[in-house]
Amino acid sequence: MQPGHPCKAAHPLAFFPHLLLALLEGTVAAAVLALAALGLSLVFGVMRVVNVAHGEFFMLAAMLAWWVAKMVPGGPLAGFLAALVVAPLAVGFLAFLTERLLLRRINYDPEATIVATIGLLFVIQQLALSLLGADAKPVAAPFTYRIVFPWFGFSGYKLFVVAASVALLLGVWFVLAKTRFGLIMRVTQFDRETATAFGIPVNTVYSAVFVAGAALVAVAAVLIVPIQQAHYLMGLDPLLMSFIVVIIGGLGSIKGSVVAALIIGLADGVISMFFSPTLASIIATLAVALVLVVRPQGLYGQAPR
Amino acid sequence: MPDSKLIVPAKKRISRRSALKLAGAGAAAAVAGFNPGAGFVRYAQAQSSEPIRIGFQVHRTGIGAAYGRWYERTTTAAVNMINEMGGINGRKVEIIAEDDGTDPGRGAEVVEKFATQHKCDVGFGTLFSHVVMGSAPRAGELKLPYYVVSEGHHVASGTLNRYTFQPGITDVKSQVIAMAPWIAKNLGKKVCMIYPDFAFGYDHRDYFSAAIKAQGGEVNALIPIPPTETSFTRYFPQIPADTEVIYHVMVGPAVLTFVKELGEHFGSEHPPLFGFIDSLEAVDLKSPGLEFLEGSYLWEAYPRFAGAAPQPQDVFYRSKVGVDNLGASLTDPADISTYSHMFGCWETLYIIKQAMEAAGYQGPADKAKLIEATEAITTIPESDQHPQGDKLFNGKIHQVFGHQNITQVKDGIGNVVYRTTIEEGLYEPEADYTKMAL
Repeated sequence: MQPGHPCKAAHPLAFFPHLLLALLEGTVAAAVLALAALGLSLVFGVMRVVNVAHGEFFMLAAMLAWWVAKMVPGGPLAGFLAALVVAPLAVGFLAFLTERLLLRRINYDPEATIVATIGLLFVIQQLALSLLGADAKPVAAPFTYRIVFPWFGFSGYKLFVVAASVALLLGVWFVLAKTRFGLIMRVTQFDRETATAFGIPVNTVYSAVFVAGAALVAVAAVLIVPIQQAHYLMGLDPLLMSFIVVIIGGLGSIKGSVVAALIIGLADGVISMFFSPTLASIIATLAVALVLVVRPQGLYGQAPR
Repeated sequence: MPDSKLIVPAKKRISRRSALKLAGAGAAAAVAGFNPGAGFVRYAQAQSSEPIRIGFQVHRTGIGAAYGRWYERTTTAAVNMINEMGGINGRKVEIIAEDDGTDPGRGAEVVEKFATQHKCDVGFGTLFSHVVMGSAPRAGELKLPYYVVSEGHHVASGTLNRYTFQPGITDVKSQVIAMAPWIAKNLGKKVCMIYPDFAFGYDHRDYFSAAIKAQGGEVNALIPIPPTETSFTRYFPQIPADTEVIYHVMVGPAVLTFVKELGEHFGSEHPPLFGFIDSLEAVDLKSPGLEFLEGSYLWEAYPRFAGAAPQPQDVFYRSKVGVDNLGASLTDPADISTYSHMFGCWETLYIIKQAMEAAGYQGPADKAKLIEATEAITTIPESDQHPQGDKLFNGKIHQVFGHQNITQVKDGIGNVVYRTTIEEGLYEPEADYTKMAL
């Protein structure tokens, strides 16, 4: 690099390239949000309990992705595929234990669940710190491909995450809408007592939903960790964002979560880039407050009966 | 909700038996985990050979945890050396470590613990600037001599107190003043600055802006980034078209993502990069995604790569702290050290020793003498105790000045291209702590 060699890439970006970058970043943010919030939305929708340790399941899966990638020979792709199998299984198993040993004992009482899962949050966080250390752990993406626009480059893997997110959301929608298991879940969500009267083993459904929710957030984490890094404090942000998405979208509504994730993700992408990320966070939080005041059930949630 | 008029005991969720079991298990765990080390040590020796207690405020958790780990290893190595050579004034040195979570509020509590509960002679070791700002005032209130290893300009600026010193590591103002002439001459005069949005970052922003202006250059954009940020692409559009140098100094777990995203965004068409090794401490330069750094320049306080002909002091120091010639742990090549910061702990502990011996320090009653003896230190020659290089200590502002290094990254290895003189980093003292009452 010679001295005085100015920036060749056309910066600062003209308006439309700038908007394009903002929309790309926003779409990735929306995909990440939707994936992370999906599990929480399901769990809250069917079981009506808030799992404050949701973010820590995310963090745990990300740490597992790093660890599996380290252990598995054969390059980042093999590590990624192995993590896609191992992380949901492991986190799902932890969710199963949580549900059996914790949630059932407190009878799914909403307030008690919040307190208990806060405790679980700290236990998981500090265990990760003690066993895996405080450094951020990078995970290589399964493939690296730089998409070259005339004004800037963009990571091909990030776009892959968007595609995977869409596929996953469609998959979940399909299970909920078209399969018997999905029907049972929706029935349990609608009216627990009547479902029991129809012979549906509600407790088993609760177990299955809690485990499924955790497995979903684990898959999200494995997809997302190559974009960021795994760090024992990384669970707090997805937790907060998942809550924002679920509250705005409507508790228990998958469609609502997706729409909310799109709105928040795109707005975040655009506002962060044209103004500042802090302003984007402020606006997202204000949006939540507004929703809670004007339409407490969220965009697509059911009004309280 | 019970609406009958009968008074019936609420359905017990937790029975007395299970509550007692839980309490018993908790008590057993507490006893088993009880560490009789902290403040309860008994000595086989006579009362007169009680150890000198140094309270080590360490970032074991939080965003500074990578540094904390290496600070702790370096401190342990230095204290072992000091004790092997007879201790301080014939007394052994004991380190009492407390985690401050890289949190200013917790830092103040830890300082209080050192002074009141552990009865430490001095406090030492704080790194992150916001924690120093939160903890040092408490040390001043409690009259605890407090030796920080931070790089922030706060000690030298006169905003802290007479009990706080930074004698083992240079401060940001000195570093950037020393860098500006080389950058202006070799890289460019229009600089875009990317820095963390807190005290340490503000030091870079303020002092480098002034320093580059003095060289006839200018800062054409300022991009502050929250230390906990995880995604950086959103900031890159702010980099102006006529930027000749991108100046970056980042902290926190996401630095690797920062460099990776910089590479994804710009590709090969980018202005020269000048970064501070803070962006990459504890990170392997050969990590995937860091190819973007090839050919770029880094400031280092103490070069991570030993190079072809290391000084004997460096060889000695590396062997004692357990680091190889590539800056990685001897026991784990994937564990990269924070080489440009941790030497501050080693050197600060030796300064504490030097000051205590000069003051004839026997106990907390000699605090004032210790402060004055520290302030009296001037030249510090290069040695096994000061392997980073010779230094000049200014007792008025409680800050030490030393050499800085500029390294170029080639094939994932750093090579020193320039070493500054101490004079290039000197600035006019802005305060005089010696005039304050003790």
